[in-house]
Amino acid sequence: MIWVRKNLFSTPLNALFTVLSLTLIALMVPPALDWAVFEATWSGSNRQACAGRDGACWVFVKARFGTFMYGFYPDPERWRVDLAAIVGVALAAALIVPGTPRKGLIATAFVVVYPVLTYFLLLGGIFGLVPVETAKWGGLMLTLVVAAVGMAGSLPVGILLALGRRSSMPVVRGLCIAFIELWRGVPLITVLFMASVMLPLFLPGATDLDKLARALIGVTLFTGAYMAEVIRGGLQAVPRGQYEAAAALGLGYWSMMILIILPQALRAVVPGIVNTFIALLKDTTLVLVIGLLDLLGMIHAALADPNWLGFAAEGYVFAGVVFWVLCFGLSRLSLRIEAKVNADRRR
Amino acid sequence: MQRRWSDRRIKSVALQTVFLAAVVGLTAYAIDNIADNLRARGVGSGFDFLDATAGFKIGFLLIEYSELSSYGRAFVVGVLNTLLVSAIGIVLATALGFAIGLARLSSNWLVARLAGAYVEILRNLPLLLQIFFWYFAVLRALPGPRQSLELGGLGFLNNRGLYLTTPVPGEGGMLVLGAFVVVLVAGLVWWRRVRASGGNAPVGWYVAAAVVVVPVAVAFLAGFSMTWDRPALRGFNLAGGTALTPELIALVLSLSTYTAAFIAENVRGGVLAVARGQSEAAAALGLSRGQALRYVVVPQALRVILPPLASQFLNLTKNSSLAAAIAYPDLISVFAGTVLNQTGQAIEVIALVMAVYLTVSLTISAAVNLYNRRVTRA
Repeated sequence: MIWVRKNLFSTPLNALFTVLSLTLIALMVPPALDWAVFEATWSGSNRQACAGRDGACWVFVKARFGTFMYGFYPDPERWRVDLAAIVGVALAAALIVPGTPRKGLIATAFVVVYPVLTYFLLLGGIFGLVPVETAKWGGLMLTLVVAAVGMAGSLPVGILLALGRRSSMPVVRGLCIAFIELWRGVPLITVLFMASVMLPLFLPGATDLDKLARALIGVTLFTGAYMAEVIRGGLQAVPRGQYEAAAALGLGYWSMMILIILPQALRAVVPGIVNTFIALLKDTTLVLVIGLLDLLGMIHAALADPNWLGFAAEGYVFAGVVFWVLCFGLSRLSLRIEAKVNADRRR
Repeated sequence: MQRRWSDRRIKSVALQTVFLAAVVGLTAYAIDNIADNLRARGVGSGFDFLDATAGFKIGFLLIEYSELSSYGRAFVVGVLNTLLVSAIGIVLATALGFAIGLARLSSNWLVARLAGAYVEILRNLPLLLQIFFWYFAVLRALPGPRQSLELGGLGFLNNRGLYLTTPVPGEGGMLVLGAFVVVLVAGLVWWRRVRASGGNAPVGWYVAAAVVVVPVAVAFLAGFSMTWDRPALRGFNLAGGTALTPELIALVLSLSTYTAAFIAENVRGGVLAVARGQSEAAAALGLSRGQALRYVVVPQALRVILPPLASQFLNLTKNSSLAAAIAYPDLISVFAGTVLNQTGQAIEVIALVMAVYLTVSLTISAAVNLYNRRVTRA
């Protein structure tokens, strides 16, 4: 009772705000719950199951769940996607959970072995696996592939650009600044258009680059430019004395950077890096403008199916829940890492 | 020592030369390939195509344009549509963002939680998803023109868009507008002079009153009349008033609510960055919470808020390019979409588009830097 008075009704104005907020909640939450849960249809296999009900028709999502997750990846081969996902999640979890033994080994497996393995597992054509061309990839799987490749690729690109931007050589510095600012100055959609229209023009006439590969190059360079700015912040945060001490030890440029400066710089900007990852994960949805069907693209395409017209809200809410869980999870992870880094620094 | 120094210098020069040569070589190779590829496809080069007839329609226009207009004209239409969406979005996002950011810091538990939920939900959902949701699941799902929702005399809302009742000034309209502008400018000059001299007379209120009263008086004296252009059902659609397409509404709505979530976080961070002692000192001076916020906390917080605010404005402008996904005719969808497909002149088109976005970026940063300098100096 005291808590209510102190936190909700301390002044007349506060009381007014409380009443307004309660009205807002009362107006929005019950109808939303009614639609999504109580009045919704959960079972059935076609749109007739939903006839005559006011709520959401989750049957639509259920019927199309396979394509939402895997795109047009052939049914009997979908275990390969599952396997790649499970191994990836297991390795990442082992790295995040504190106290796992042999973290160095796991990290090497995650960074070196896992990408190669996933590449062959998904693409096939080796060890007797049926080849699955990338045109059949889609849904959440494609979203995660684009995001993962973008994350893995943008880090080295960003590190090199950031080092170049802080280089003492004017030519290198100037070119890096121009590159970074050019990419940061234009929207991702232009970059994707460029990757799909102009990249083939840059290459000799006969070269035929996979559409997904073109998009991945565009996404990686775009994210790399943003990553470079985040990492530059970290480089600036490393005290001058560290550079001088490394130079006094007689270390060359690369050994100084790799052994002394970068470990400290990257550590300081982990939250910024994760935020860039979150932005990238959300931006993967843009690949649908060049005809790649990620999770949102698959849902968008399913909504044009004459059998399922009029279920836009259900489709987008489903996509929203999936993206929200992924992005919110990443942001919580970033907070945890930040707290840990701060705790280490205080020690 | 001398020798080692020159060694390093030579090494650096050699490295840079190699680097430059590699970049120039790669660029030359790419340009050579582009020239070959374009010749093979029979595509022209140069900017002459801007004068050629466009031959396609555009659904939303701020200036006159028809199928007979040139590609250059289509480019201008695209630029203006992009600027329109960005400008409205920036204004709405800033207002909403400040409100939500301050609400998150409210001592009212419920208000703070609601604002927190808003931020966490909106910023963790892809913008394109939000645009699709507003456009396909909300606006396009509205009833048709015959069952339009009436917005209490303000206008109508249906699946073709928002039709607003618009005032049409009759005789003497220019006179009233002129009076309004003159009073506003004179009032602002007076207000600044009083502020600069350190006076704290409630000049702002006088000016606000004059801005309302004088034009109304002029309107009476000049025998001013005004009619309302109300939208009405004609045939299968509404006609009259100001029509806003659902594409524009969906875009403005999603851009401003999405960016507001980020601005709210910047505002919160900025206010929290002001030392606690500042608000305690303000309270000790006998200032109310509102006064403390207005005279002590916000001016200091603004210095922290402005730089990230500028980058949010830039993000919003760049994100407005998602218009292409719902066919709002912005620069990307008109120029990098239709015009590029028709002419095939990828290099020229993309270069122009990039030039526009870079210009807008630089302009916004310059404007915010200018304001930033004024705020920091005060």
